[in-house]
Amino acid sequence: MPPSERKLNVLNEGDHPFLLGMPKEFLEVATEHGTEIELEAEEMLFREGEAAERFYLILSGKVALEISAADHPRITVETVGTGEVLGWSWLISPRRWTLDARTVKPTRLIALNAPDLQRYFSQHPELGYRFLLRLLPVIAERLDATRIQLVDIHGA
Amino acid sequence: MVARSPHAASDPGASPYAPAPYRVLDNHPETGNTVTLTLAPASGEPLPSFLPGQFNMFYAFGIGEAAISISGDPSSKGPLVHTVRAVGRVSQALARLRPGEFAGVRGPYGRAWPLEEAPGKDVVIVAGGLGLAPLRPVLYRLLAERSRYGRIEVIYGARTPADLIYYSELQSWRHRTDVRVQVTVDSADRSWNGDVGVVTQRIPDSRFDPERTLALVCGPEIMMRYVAQSLIARGIAPHAIWLSMERNMKCAIAQCGHCQFGPLFLCRDGPVFPYSQIRGLMSQREA
Repeated sequence: MPPSERKLNVLNEGDHPFLLGMPKEFLEVATEHGTEIELEAEEMLFREGEAAERFYLILSGKVALEISAADHPRITVETVGTGEVLGWSWLISPRRWTLDARTVKPTRLIALNAPDLQRYFSQHPELGYRFLLRLLPVIAERLDATRIQLVDIHGA
Repeated sequence: MVARSPHAASDPGASPYAPAPYRVLDNHPETGNTVTLTLAPASGEPLPSFLPGQFNMFYAFGIGEAAISISGDPSSKGPLVHTVRAVGRVSQALARLRPGEFAGVRGPYGRAWPLEEAPGKDVVIVAGGLGLAPLRPVLYRLLAERSRYGRIEVIYGARTPADLIYYSELQSWRHRTDVRVQVTVDSADRSWNGDVGVVTQRIPDSRFDPERTLALVCGPEIMMRYVAQSLIARGIAPHAIWLSMERNMKCAIAQCGHCQFGPLFLCRDGPVFPYSQIRGLMSQREA
């Protein structure tokens, strides 16, 4: 385990908004398969194309999601911060990150091991369904925001 | 609340369309195509008072007139402050004005933000792009009388960091502990360490009591629609959400009909309206 990571002692639903109302069983699984990470500003959390194997809950700080290409300057398309979640590419084949994620300021996160979570969910589909019901509004909200960005709402 | 002491040519018998000459005192660049002009009446007469949210008809001599919101401090006796984005022939000519040159001004006109409803309440200000200009006088007023209001939340969005207006003032407001300012942009390079996203994403965790909040919104119409929906989702009633609308104004005195918006004239009935009054009109396609 890298020095910036440590095993979770116990995860409570009050530790992060995403966990509010989640069953005790999920909190136990998450504790077992989770670590807490502390990063300085300007550290890469993951890079586009790498295997997506973690689901992140941001406890504090800010992470920039970036797109880069050889013929295009690197741009930040979204930032996510305290109380938000990050990363669902592990749920979707080919399970690779589609963006770069870089910390903008010192950031603390809980990282849940995605393959472990998926194995557990395949054996306990009801819990997996509850997890997806919690995650889908977040995905829908990000999709809405992307659509709103497309219509250039801050322009004019 | 409507306009008072409109300033036109000083001759009482003059046409209501005749502007008063103003001398440019300063032209301060805000972004690549936006400047803030400060002006004073050439006659030396005192500046007419205005209410936050009102606008003037601003005349570039020999070219034409445009309606421009007043962006200065309403408690100040002068000078007159307008922030202008150079997008058309008139606004380009206005934005090029240099100190010592002249422009014509008539006004102020229009319905102001309903600040008389704000004491004792939380106030949420949401602005996009140049939409911060007609809301800056609101902030000056709120901050000058800070103890009369509850929490003050400012959410401001722009396309990129280079498109943010009043940047140094935003920084000073952000350092205050009695107002919360969230700034977000659509996209940025690595030199920007603020938020990236749209203003609607900042609303869910804004701090206000929806039952006793006044929301003031100005920006592109599409932004105002989404913001109003997000504020309603947070529990603010449509009648407590106020928007500043924009249409092509010509006469500014409800004679020509250029700014007609359904049964309303923006120059006379607006530009500030409660969302409850115009919600239906905003979703109608215009010919």
